[in-house]
Amino acid sequence: MKKIEAVIKPFKLDDVKEALNEIGVQGMTISEVKGYGRQKGHKEIYRGAEYVVDFIPKVKIEIVLPADRIEEAVEVIRKAAVTDKIGDGKIFVTPVESVVRVRTGETGADAI
Amino acid sequence: MDTGDTAFMLVAAALVMFMTPGLALFYGGLVRSRNVLSTILQSFICLGMVSLIWVTYGYTLAFGTDVGGLIGNFEYLFLNGVGTEPGPYSDTIPHLLFVAFQLMFAVITAALITGAFAERIKFSAFLLFTFFWTTFIYLPVCHWVWGGGWIEMHGTLDFAGGTVIHINSAVAALAAAIIIGPRKGWGKEAMPPHNISMTVMGAGILWLGWFGFNAGSALAADGIAVNAFMTTQIAAGAAAFSWLLYEWKSHGKPTALGAASGAVAGLVAITPAAGFVSPMAAIAIGLVAGVICCMAIRLKARFGYDDALDVVAIHGVGGLWGALATGLFASLAINPDGANGLFYGNPGQLGIQLIDALAVIAFSLIGSLIILKLIDRFVGLRVSEEEEIQGLDLSQHSEVGYTL
Repeated sequence: MKKIEAVIKPFKLDDVKEALNEIGVQGMTISEVKGYGRQKGHKEIYRGAEYVVDFIPKVKIEIVLPADRIEEAVEVIRKAAVTDKIGDGKIFVTPVESVVRVRTGETGADAI
Repeated sequence: MDTGDTAFMLVAAALVMFMTPGLALFYGGLVRSRNVLSTILQSFICLGMVSLIWVTYGYTLAFGTDVGGLIGNFEYLFLNGVGTEPGPYSDTIPHLLFVAFQLMFAVITAALITGAFAERIKFSAFLLFTFFWTTFIYLPVCHWVWGGGWIEMHGTLDFAGGTVIHINSAVAALAAAIIIGPRKGWGKEAMPPHNISMTVMGAGILWLGWFGFNAGSALAADGIAVNAFMTTQIAAGAAAFSWLLYEWKSHGKPTALGAASGAVAGLVAITPAAGFVSPMAAIAIGLVAGVICCMAIRLKARFGYDDALDVVAIHGVGGLWGALATGLFASLAINPDGANGLFYGNPGQLGIQLIDALAVIAFSLIGSLIILKLIDRFVGLRVSEEEEIQGLDLSQHSEVGYTL
């Protein structure tokens, strides 16, 4: 099992969710996060005083899937989230040791 | 007594009162969230303290019979002899109503200064400052311009308080910003306003209240009041628009804060002129006010004083422009009790306006510096660094503006 953490532009969340639904991904956890990469922050101006705000809002999607489905899911997320402009985000994939479904106690791939 | 005038002036006085809570919101939105209540309170409590000063010894020193052109006498101490019969300043409204109307002006003048030392003054020091400043600066200047003092005799035109209120408070604000010093991190870290919606709302309330301020300064429901009402609207609108366009051109984006700030700048500028100039002159006064006050925001960075909420740029520069503009655009055709300005063949009026404004600037600056220095020496003006970082709401008042 592996976990995908995708940090994307907030307005792309619906597209990504739809695309994942279409390939049968059945759940996800999202959070509103702030951060910056190469895009850097944005500029705010109050009475002519300019402030650079480093951290800009993004959405982080977390999904855990069997290892053989990861490649497809990553590609689907990337295609749905891309705008070709700087600041589209990043996708991280990490191994997951175990999963437990709270209601039934199932473990491993059955619990995903 | 005229019941129409009295009814109008009651409403006008209430409108001017409403400007102070409006100012509290205007300022409150501009500070960081940890200082919102302290900033609002500093305006709001002026309604308490200054009211007491005014009805005990304030009114009589400002409007009692003139002593040497400098101050009023004590004839109205504790409002002695002030009743519901028309008084010396109007034949058509009760003397007590004139006291009430003028009271609201004294309140908001003290409140205006709070924008300069916001986010770092000790509450006790603020109260002392407001007490001494109102007593030793506001009352004499009010007397000079409106109570039969030397500036009034000199022939200056100040319809609703451009000099008494705006220039006077802005100069005190400059002194306060200099003496108390910049906020921790000023110029190095971002200090963005925490709620511009609140600030725009406050500007709207100020705008509404200003109709009472300017039209009410006619002291009667007459044509002069109507003229002042209209010039007020025009100048505020013109300045909101010109500030917006100017910043759009110079900074790239039109902003809500810019429009709100411009409206206040226009209201300040038209204040001394409202009952003396034509509606078309008000367009010029407003358009210029929006641009020069926006430009003046840069002064604090240039000269290194942290006037936190731009009292000097908006009330000082706007007030001075208004005083001079009155000397340019005033017309006897609009108000036969006024005078002609430069554009109506009387260049001398502009000189009178300038000299008297400079006199008030000098007096207010020196007097305010002395008061601030003394308070700093004996009580201390600033909160500790730790309290400043914690925020004045918690450190001075043990409450917070937002619990989310």
